Amino acid sequence: MGALDELTTAYEKARGDREFLDELDRLHRDYSGRPSPLTDAPKLGGHAGGARILLKREDLNHTGSHKINNVLGQALLTKRMGKTRVIAETGAGQHGVATATACALMGLECVVYMGEVDTERQALNVARMRLLGATVIPVTSGSRTLKDAINEALRDWVTHVDETHYLLGTVAGPHPFPMMVRDFHRIIGLEAREQVLERTGRLPDAIAACVGGGSNAIGIFHPFLDDPGVRLVGFEPGGDGVETGRHGATLTEGSPGALHGAMSYLLQDSDGQTSESYSISAGLDYPGVGPEHAQLKDLGRTEYQSVTDREAMEAFSLLCRTEGIIPAIETAHAIAGALRLGRELGPDGIVLVNLSGRGDKDVDTAARWFGMIGAAQSAAEASGTAIADAPPATAPSPSGSDTGSMQR
Amino acid sequence: MTGSTRPPPGEPAKGRGVAEVFLGCRAQGRAALIGYLPAGYPTVDGSVDLLNALVEGGCDLLEVGVPYSDPVMDGPTIQAAAETALRAGTRLRDVLSVVERVSAAGGRAVVMTYFNPVLRYGVDAFARDLAAAGGLGVITPDLIPDEADEWLTASDAHGLDRIFLVAPSSTEERIASTAAASRGFLYATSTMGVTGARDSVASAAPEIVARCRPHTSLPIGVGLGVRSGAQAAEVAAFADGVIVGSAFVTAAEQGGAAAVRALAEELADGVRRAVRPPHIAGVTVGR
Repeated sequence: MGALDELTTAYEKARGDREFLDELDRLHRDYSGRPSPLTDAPKLGGHAGGARILLKREDLNHTGSHKINNVLGQALLTKRMGKTRVIAETGAGQHGVATATACALMGLECVVYMGEVDTERQALNVARMRLLGATVIPVTSGSRTLKDAINEALRDWVTHVDETHYLLGTVAGPHPFPMMVRDFHRIIGLEAREQVLERTGRLPDAIAACVGGGSNAIGIFHPFLDDPGVRLVGFEPGGDGVETGRHGATLTEGSPGALHGAMSYLLQDSDGQTSESYSISAGLDYPGVGPEHAQLKDLGRTEYQSVTDREAMEAFSLLCRTEGIIPAIETAHAIAGALRLGRELGPDGIVLVNLSGRGDKDVDTAARWFGMIGAAQSAAEASGTAIADAPPATAPSPSGSDTGSMQR
Repeated sequence: MTGSTRPPPGEPAKGRGVAEVFLGCRAQGRAALIGYLPAGYPTVDGSVDLLNALVEGGCDLLEVGVPYSDPVMDGPTIQAAAETALRAGTRLRDVLSVVERVSAAGGRAVVMTYFNPVLRYGVDAFARDLAAAGGLGVITPDLIPDEADEWLTASDAHGLDRIFLVAPSSTEERIASTAAASRGFLYATSTMGVTGARDSVASAAPEIVARCRPHTSLPIGVGLGVRSGAQAAEVAAFADGVIVGSAFVTAAEQGGAAAVRALAEELADGVRRAVRPPHIAGVTVGR
């Protein structure tokens, strides 16, 4: 609690401090490349009942996702608090990469906790973090995914709190994180609101965003909360389908509970033990969700639906081929959602989508999903070859997978 | 069940509940030894045997852990034990039955639990059933008094002690408010951090205890780190309770009930060997 009280005080002071805000603006502009563009996606719209689909391009930020918005804010705050060491959890690795980046920029020591399962499915991002000078610690406890990475980060924090800031990457966890992380991501919605008005002369009918912990969704939703004509729809990972029990659809399938210092919706059993979530997308594979989403759901201001792995991957493929944009698999859930919303709204509808991240990190997973390479082969090995007939690689695979060689 | 020794509904009367344990130890001029083990580890029956071995070895108070999927305040030893207990199918109602059985055998027990299992069970229902099982109180590592209204009400209604935690990073204000909400004893983390056996007792421990004293007349238990008789003696020189967890889990893992009993004997000897300055030996045990 001492560290949370300290952080709350430091943040309250910084958020009203012109010098802090100017420095953050400068970093957004000169380092991240903000404002991020708004892209019309007419060919994708053709698959969405003819609705106009507008993509808010957070994938074009430095490091490739919206995560940098929050990270730059918290890293500046870390410096102001006089701390020298930063720890973070990461699922897909996007938050870890953004954190490692900001720490390199600002001269902070960086340690990233990542579930062992996720270090395997997002190996590219592990390499990026290490190149940026961060230490990546694979977490082997529990389900070995994002939830357990948060557990380990919390343990590290309480043990090294004097010199360490826990740079939490989503709108979950204890106060002030849900509020602070939301504030740092509001820039997405603030920019998008102006851009959509300028481009179309009106507000969108609906906004689609994916929801794991919920940071990109709250960032784009928040500036539209007082616009009752704008539907705010979050798309959760339906995994194999919610009926199978293998999913991460916390808001649509969970119940109220406390996890990681916040009261929100939770996937849990009848004894209050956290259930294991599942999604093809590491960044959405989390059995909790930010408490503000829970409140907005209960108030009826936002809606949440689930999107299965299959639907998300279909949308992933469609966006690649129609607009030339490879999205993160997390983001593909929002694209699938936008297709649904567009079909409901028809040709007069406008759907704003938070294109929260790019998909470079997911190329292996996608190539496997679409049968372009074998189950344990990496896309880097298969590139440029007639994939199905590729001879066994003579050099060790980049991921060092012995079993991969044997299976081929 | 130890119904005859249980306090009536309402706040535990002076000399009842956890306070009675500390009063008894103070009468002997020493700190209390508090032993933790998770219920259901390695099995429900096995955990009853291990907890009984703690009592036989000289633990004054038992801390019965509720195995939980996300024990962020515990280290790897206790998390592994909790996972074993959960895989074996341990439920919250099993924890209550463990408390009932160790209490019937003469042990005095509080439960240590993360709060979500209690929320799910129902806060008042849990307090009611724990009191009926003979439990004396609950340690809540991830609940702060500011957000504990329902638990404050339920613990009053069912006469349970409530033990909140303070840490070296706690501000004076937070120590004061946490102590004011606590009953039975105040739980001070000895090193900044999570539970786990450590080689030496950190200097943070005497400091946090000294910082708590002006804010409360409650006994102060120090946990998270002790694993030898010498360390127990060291902590018992400045704290009113020495809390041992991970070391007992390791002992159980390696040598079962016999090893747990032997370690408890060593630690119980340690708290008796401690040299306690008069101002601590004479501290008022109250609420």
